Order: sequence, then C-alpha cells, then structure tokens
Amino acid sequence: MPDLGLEVLLKGSNIMRLLAGLWVALRISLISVAGSIPIGIILGTLMTGRNIVLKAILKIYLEFIRIMPQLVLLFIVFFGSTRMFGWQPTGEVSAVIVFTLWGAAEMSDLVRGALISIPLHQYESSEALGLSKTQTYWYIIIPQTLRRLIPLSINLITRMIKTTSLILMIGVVEIMKVAQQIIEANRRSSPTAAFGVYLVVFLLYFLACWPISLLAKYLERKWR
Amino acid sequence: MEENILTVEHLRKEYEGNVILDDVNLSVKRGEVVVIIGPSGCGKSTLLRCINALENIQSGTIRLQDEVIEAGAKNLAKIREKIGMVFQNYELFPHLTVIENILLAPVKVQKREKKEVREEAVKLLERVGLKDKAESYPRQLSGGQKQRVAIVRALCMNPEILLFDEVTAALDPEMVREVLDVMLELARQKRTMVIVTHEMQFAQAVADRVLFIDEGKIMEQGTPEELLQHPKTERTKQFLNIFHYEK
Ligand SMILES: Nc1ncnc2c1ncn2[C@@H]1O[C@H](COP(=O)(O)OP(=O)(O)O)[C@@H](O)[C@H]1O
Ligand SMILES: [Mg+2]
Repeated sequence: MPDLGLEVLLKGSNIMRLLAGLWVALRISLISVAGSIPIGIILGTLMTGRNIVLKAILKIYLEFIRIMPQLVLLFIVFFGSTRMFGWQPTGEVSAVIVFTLWGAAEMSDLVRGALISIPLHQYESSEALGLSKTQTYWYIIIPQTLRRLIPLSINLITRMIKTTSLILMIGVVEIMKVAQQIIEANRRSSPTAAFGVYLVVFLLYFLACWPISLLAKYLERKWR
Repeated sequence: MEENILTVEHLRKEYEGNVILDDVNLSVKRGEVVVIIGPSGCGKSTLLRCINALENIQSGTIRLQDEVIEAGAKNLAKIREKIGMVFQNYELFPHLTVIENILLAPVKVQKREKKEVREEAVKLLERVGLKDKAESYPRQLSGGQKQRVAIVRALCMNPEILLFDEVTAALDPEMVREVLDVMLELARQKRTMVIVTHEMQFAQAVADRVLFIDEGKIMEQGTPEELLQHPKTERTKQFLNIFHYEK
C-alpha cells in the first residue's frame, strides 16, 4: 500500500480540527442559505411583477453577482469594507455577506422560474371554481411553487458548501485551511501527507453534500 | 318552465383592436343543452371564457339568472360557483389527489361540510367509473380519466350551468367515448349545458339546439336536425362538409 501519510491525521487533535473546519464551512453555508431564502423569495416575486425599472435593477443585480467570481466578491467585501464604510468585518462575516448576496440572487432566479412555470390555466381553473385571488395563491400556486423550489434550493446549498473552499483566501480557518496547516506542520516527518489529507477532505465534503443532494433527488421525484 | 339561466346580449369582444366576438346574442333555458360548433379560431373558447368572466368584454351584457357577470365584479366568485367549467386541457391541480381536487372549492369556497361533500364526490366518482381513483394523483390518470374527474369537480359545486370547451379534443380516440358518455348522462339528467365540440354525431345526440359560429358571429342556429342535416347558409354547409367522408 502506498504511503498516503494518513498517520498525520491521528496526531494530536488533527481529525477534530478538520471536522471543526468542516463545521465552519457548513455554518457559513447554512446561515447564508437561511438569509438567502426569504430575500430570494421577495426578489423573485418582484421579478415576475409589472414594475419594469425594478425588474431591470434586479436583473442587473443577478447578472452582476453571476459574472463576478465569488473570490472577487469576497475580496471586495473583506478588503473594501474598511475603506468604504470604515468597518472591518471578520472573514467569516464577510463570507456570510457574500454568500447571502449570491444565494439571494440565485434564489430569486429560482423563485422567478418556479413562479412562471406554473401555467396560466392553473390560475384560471382555480378562479373558474370560484376561489378568490388569495385562495388561488394559497391553495394552488404557492404549494406548486414550493414543490418546484425546494429541490432546487437544496442544490444551491451544496453549491454553497463547495464554494466555501474559497474563504481560506480571506483568512477564515475552514476545512481547506486546516488541511493546509496539517500538511505544513508535518512537512518534515511525512512529506507525502498532502494526498492523504486532501483525500480525507474530499471524503468529508462528500459526506456533507451527498445526503443533501439525495434528499433533493428524492423530493424532486416525489413531487414531480 | 321557461326560466332563462344564461342570457348574453350584444356581446362584443376585442383583442387589441381585433374583433373576436361581434354582437353575440344567446339565451339558455333551464335544462337546455346548447352545442356550439364552428371553425377553429372563430371565437368559441372566447365566448365561454367571457361567460365565466375570464375575459373582460367591450360591450354587451352577460347575465346568470338575474346577476350580471363582469370581470372584476365584487360578487364574481359567488357567481362563478354557479358556473361549472371544464376546459380542453384537463386543468386538474397536479399537487392534489383526485378527491382533494374535487373537495377544494366546495369546502373552501362554499364552506360546506367536508364529510358531506366527500360522500357526494365519491358517489359521482362511482357514476363515472372512477371510485377507485379517489386517492390517485392526476399524473397517474389517463386523459379521459382526468376529464371525467374535471367534470365531477365541476358538478360538486352544484352549478346552475356547465360549460364544456372541447373537452375531448386533446384525447386519444379510444378515450373520447367515455367522456362523451358522461356528458350524455348529464343531458339526460336535464343539466343546463353549453358544449363546444367538434364531435358532430355527439352534437346530434346531445343537443337541444346547435349554434354555428363563424368569424365571431352566430351565423345560424336551430335544432340538431335543422342545422346539422339541413343547414341553410353556404358557410354552414361548407363547414359541415369537412366532417363528411365519401368515396
Ligand atoms: N389572449 C389572446 N390574445 C389575442 N388574441 C386572442 C387571444 N385568445 C384568443 N385570441 C384570438 O381570438 C380568436 C378566437 O379564439 P378562440 O376563442 O380560442 O377560438 P376557438 O375556440 O373558436 O378556436 C382567435 O383568432 C385567436 O387568435
Ligand atoms: Mg377553442
């Protein structure tokens, strides 16, 4: 068996440190998702509305967030906030801000897509049965929208978890950073540890994201 | 008993300046079955949609018994309860089971007792041969089954009048019959109905009166015998000829 340098993981509290790093990544994603969903629902609903100026602004916001590499956004918020607002957010707060802005933009597009994918005749047959506008939304449109939305937003969560691997660049000690630290610290004793350590990181990301994407698939099938 | 359920007077409907329905007059008596035929795009669907106030109209009046039907009217929901409509593309709600689809409006709109409506719904489902489908989702049903459920859903509101818009047009041929049979049965029960269809033999069998609409106008009307067998106008003859095949 080739030497993967896995023994470095057993040294001290290295495994616990990796897990703590994973938790940092998950925590940032979960807080950001929790913020993205309500903002995204509001923005997405506005995007299906009649106000053209508002729609244009939201569209520009969405495109801007999509075009910008997340790393650039992270740098802008982390390094630019002091200059612009005289306030220095921690790396983790910067990450939450960027991920929430990003998540809200993606979410708004998902909400808009889900809303316009409900055929007009669903509104009409509901109204033809005598349901009021509010009842139509409550009993017909919102449940169908949510069913389309939930699997998609779960996929957004896994995308976010994966993207947290960038935040070591603004000094947040998450799982990738911990991995680097472990490798650095053992450079002399186990020079080949990099592969083994990153393999374990890979497995941890996988274990975090896999059940989430299974859940998304399951819901998608169930609510087809 | 000569009570008019539905009265349409001088109805005019335009889309962006194009006249779709022009001075349409129509009255339907209690228990009467009126069948509307006419070429595609002549305004049949639009007429039914106007009757249900899914479209606003430019002039004229539409009344259900004594109440004026208008898009945006305050009592619109109340009036719509009395108009059952079945569309061409089975518009069931995909996230609800068959029985939930049927119970929604009677329970939420008419505020009727769920248990009582459920009993009625199950009886009606049984009559259309779908009792065992009550807990199925629409996606598990064939087109013909969906249309029968849509009919039951409309019936459970105890409407004064039923509107059918080409309800068999999107069906595979072998499913057309099962849906038409349900409608024939409703006619036998003396339900008031306005039916848009391209099934001429069915029209012959079910109608008390047939209307031929062309280019937004009622061109000719009469008993099925008069209109379908001995049409008077050239246009009607031409149209009916489409349905004849001779060697
Ligand atoms: N929403 C709409 N906007 C503009 N024109 C429409 C609309 N709906 C229908 N029309 C037009 O109205 C005419 C009548 O349509 P319709 O009532 O659907 O005909 P039919 O049901 O007899 O086939 C057609 O020429 C159609 O193009
Ligand atoms: Mg039509």
